[in-house]
Amino acid sequence: MEAFQNLGFWETLLVTVVLSALPLVFILLYALVTIYLEMKVAAHMQDRLAYMRTGWHGVLQPIADFIKLLQKEDIISVAADRKLFILAPYIVFMGTYAAYAAIPFSSIFIGSNIDLGAFFIVAVSSLVVVGILMAGWASNNKWSIFGAVRSAAQMVSYEIPTALALLIAVMITGSLNLQEVTQFQSGGIQNWLIFGGPLPLLQKILVIPFTVITFLILFVASLAEVNRTPFDLPEAESELVQGYFTEYSGMRWALFYVAEYANMFLVAGVAVALFLGGWESPFGSFLSGPIWGMFWFVIKGMVLVFVQIWLRWTLPRLRVDQLMYISWKVLTPFLFVCIIAIGLILVL
Amino acid sequence: MIETKTLPTEYVTDPGAIKSSIGKTLRTDEMIINMGPQHPSTHGVLRLEIVVDGEIIVDVIPHIGYLHRCFEKHAEHMINYQQVIPYCDRLDYCAAINEEHSYVLAVERMLKIEVPERVEYIRVIMAELQRIASHLIAVGTFGIDAGAFTPFLYAFHDRERILSLFEMTCGARLLYNYFWIGGLSHDLPPQFVGKAKEFCTYFKPRIKEFNDLLTFNEIFVKRTANVGVLPKDVAINYACSGPMLRGSGINWDLRRDDPYSVYHKIEWEPKIGKGEMGTVGDVWDRHIVRMREMEESVKIIEQALAALPEGNVQAAIPKRIRPDAGEIYTRTETPRGELGFYIISDGSGTPYRVKGRSPAFVNLSVLPDISRGGMIADLVLIAGSVDIVLGQVDR
Amino acid sequence: MTAVGIYFNNIWLALSSIAIGMRITISHLFVKNVTTQYPDFKLKMPERARNRLYVNIDDCIGCDQCSMACPVDCITIETIKSTPDQDLGTTSTGQKKRLHVPVFDIDIAKCCYCGLCVPPCPTDCIVMTDVYEFSEFDRQNLIYNFSVMTSQDIEQARVKLKKAEEEAAAKKAASAAAAKAAAPPPAEKPAGPPQSQPPSTPTPDSSGQPGKS
Repeated sequence: MEAFQNLGFWETLLVTVVLSALPLVFILLYALVTIYLEMKVAAHMQDRLAYMRTGWHGVLQPIADFIKLLQKEDIISVAADRKLFILAPYIVFMGTYAAYAAIPFSSIFIGSNIDLGAFFIVAVSSLVVVGILMAGWASNNKWSIFGAVRSAAQMVSYEIPTALALLIAVMITGSLNLQEVTQFQSGGIQNWLIFGGPLPLLQKILVIPFTVITFLILFVASLAEVNRTPFDLPEAESELVQGYFTEYSGMRWALFYVAEYANMFLVAGVAVALFLGGWESPFGSFLSGPIWGMFWFVIKGMVLVFVQIWLRWTLPRLRVDQLMYISWKVLTPFLFVCIIAIGLILVL
Repeated sequence: MIETKTLPTEYVTDPGAIKSSIGKTLRTDEMIINMGPQHPSTHGVLRLEIVVDGEIIVDVIPHIGYLHRCFEKHAEHMINYQQVIPYCDRLDYCAAINEEHSYVLAVERMLKIEVPERVEYIRVIMAELQRIASHLIAVGTFGIDAGAFTPFLYAFHDRERILSLFEMTCGARLLYNYFWIGGLSHDLPPQFVGKAKEFCTYFKPRIKEFNDLLTFNEIFVKRTANVGVLPKDVAINYACSGPMLRGSGINWDLRRDDPYSVYHKIEWEPKIGKGEMGTVGDVWDRHIVRMREMEESVKIIEQALAALPEGNVQAAIPKRIRPDAGEIYTRTETPRGELGFYIISDGSGTPYRVKGRSPAFVNLSVLPDISRGGMIADLVLIAGSVDIVLGQVDR
Repeated sequence: MTAVGIYFNNIWLALSSIAIGMRITISHLFVKNVTTQYPDFKLKMPERARNRLYVNIDDCIGCDQCSMACPVDCITIETIKSTPDQDLGTTSTGQKKRLHVPVFDIDIAKCCYCGLCVPPCPTDCIVMTDVYEFSEFDRQNLIYNFSVMTSQDIEQARVKLKKAEEEAAAKKAASAAAAKAAAPPPAEKPAGPPQSQPPSTPTPDSSGQPGKS
């Protein structure tokens, strides 16, 4: 963005709009790929085939789904609160999309290179809670309200482990700016924060167990942020029909769905940027560069997304009070221990 | 009756009013939710009216009758006793052979005919195969209720092999009309014994895989242990039977305690719940009883296949089925519990009255008692562990 | 175990059982799928498969056994007695056919595929085939009419039957009158009248409309 300082007002505006639409393009393409991937992975884990008839092995199915959703009738029930009902999907999507501004896709492409990157992401993605509560309330459906309230409780309580895990990464690198955190981990796979970062050898070996635990806890907490099994109580299909978006159909539902997938990549991207080296190549300077950076980032993000899908199709669901128990009594104490331990080791 | 909360009168001026200043209590009302006839997790068209206080259940009122198909009335209008058998199939469509077995036994006892030994052994083999198939549905859908979608697919994969065994024998996959009064409709095809043995060897490691994936998964254990505890006296007072009864630790199985067919010649034992992961009689116990019963059924099938005698399966089929006037009640152990048929005959070829005592109907009546105080998420699991099939509940 | 011990034990159990579950699912990624991609590949039905009914009407002797055996009353049969001068032929199992079958309808939508109609048939003309793809757009097309008699055939058969019955009734009246006139002694043993009529069957409905059940 610094290159465009000599332009006039309208040109700047145009350039801003175009550049900020790029993550949107990425999200849409990524959503199409991930929807297909999820169904195919789920099917092969269950010894069956999924889509086979639209295109070769069903690759055109997400497009077919999209076209079908576009032409669906827009049903809003009479008793629903119209304004909130219509506004809710946009707020949920906005909460996720705004956080994409601070994700470092590559060394030259980051929406907004702010010094508070990590903090900004955690803060803005809490908007999703507001959207979900709106969706549940405005549907005027008891099951939706259940899903919305559960979801609000879940997301709020899992912000704490997420923020604490972020704090650990910040402690080691010394900056909240995600580009700087990524550049801190340059030089190959041994410098990734999950393996301790580019610290002196003794400190590195002492720190590794704690960073591994921190990464796992960050991953688990981010699963809860995205409402994926085993934390998918808000949309527990077998209990609440579809939870907070039961009443939505057509494109509004599609927006929720895309928002959920966008959120999946967001939290995967944050975990990758903080702990798995972001857009840095694992081989040091071999295969690195601005375009390669984008490739590595997306690949690492997709690996984490695959693990999320894998977990969804393996595990049963947790109950609301067990979810709270895990957040407050397991993840948070472990993170406190990690913070203290890593702090001590860094000071040594 | 629903307990209504009463607050001291100086706090509340009208019902539902909320006063929120320091020291005064917030009054909460109970919400009535309808887990309606169409719902992804009630196994069939069952309507559960749930009175909740937040997420805690205060009362559950089941409403049934959405699948009533007048089985007993149809039975009175059939030309002979043989024609009732397709209707018996459709009572519990997930375990049709066991329904037929019970009815056919009742009529045979009324007619006082003895079927050849080969028929008895084949009936036992088919009943146990059907028991495995029915339990696979039960545990598979139970996994879905808990949120695990994959074990269901694995269970149905195994069930396909059982259904193809049935199809090879009598031509139908789900509703067989295979047991006839006095015998069977077809003898076993020549490749049946080999394929059945193959199935038994294939199935044993699959049970272990299923257990690893679902039953001993810590999340599943935490969801199901100490949930929906059915104490022994409550179970007996409500006349529960089948895995519900055995899960509460009561050692009662009709195949051993009121023996019929050739179960007394085969070495097997009923499985009971011991409260390994929580309390005796909780949802996990009922689940593990079903898993272990499947292993036991495999043992029974292997022994029966080895001891299968020769004979003509249609030797004892009577030309005319005309029992003497009288009544009889016969019961057998189906995958869901004790299925009884009470038949009154008036001496003609048409039954005067056929009443089916369905285990799912009786087991369902215990649902409100064991789910009070739990959460809605628990209610879904408890209803799944009762293992109801609405065809049998509503007849 | 102490509370702390239980706490750590729970965490260990959770992680280990999750890992075992994940190993099972990922191993199934490499197991061959079990799907049969219908309609490109169809499974072969076993030889005893009980699917759509088929009636070989040439073999049907009109005995109505299958219709009585059906628990859901999906078979409708009407017959017309044939006169002695008509030769309807024999079935493939060697029985002589004595009845016309103008109406033989099976409402396959009512059929419950129990197979109770197959054993009673004396000529094995009703069988359950292995055809399972017979969906129709119009429900009336699910009523299968197996009879091959045209309406002229049916009229002819009816007319013939009526004539034969009238002749027989007239003959009977004449012989009864003659017997009365001759005033035979009551001790005379009556000779069994020669049976020229086939065994009694349900009398046909005079509507004569095939295809209505």
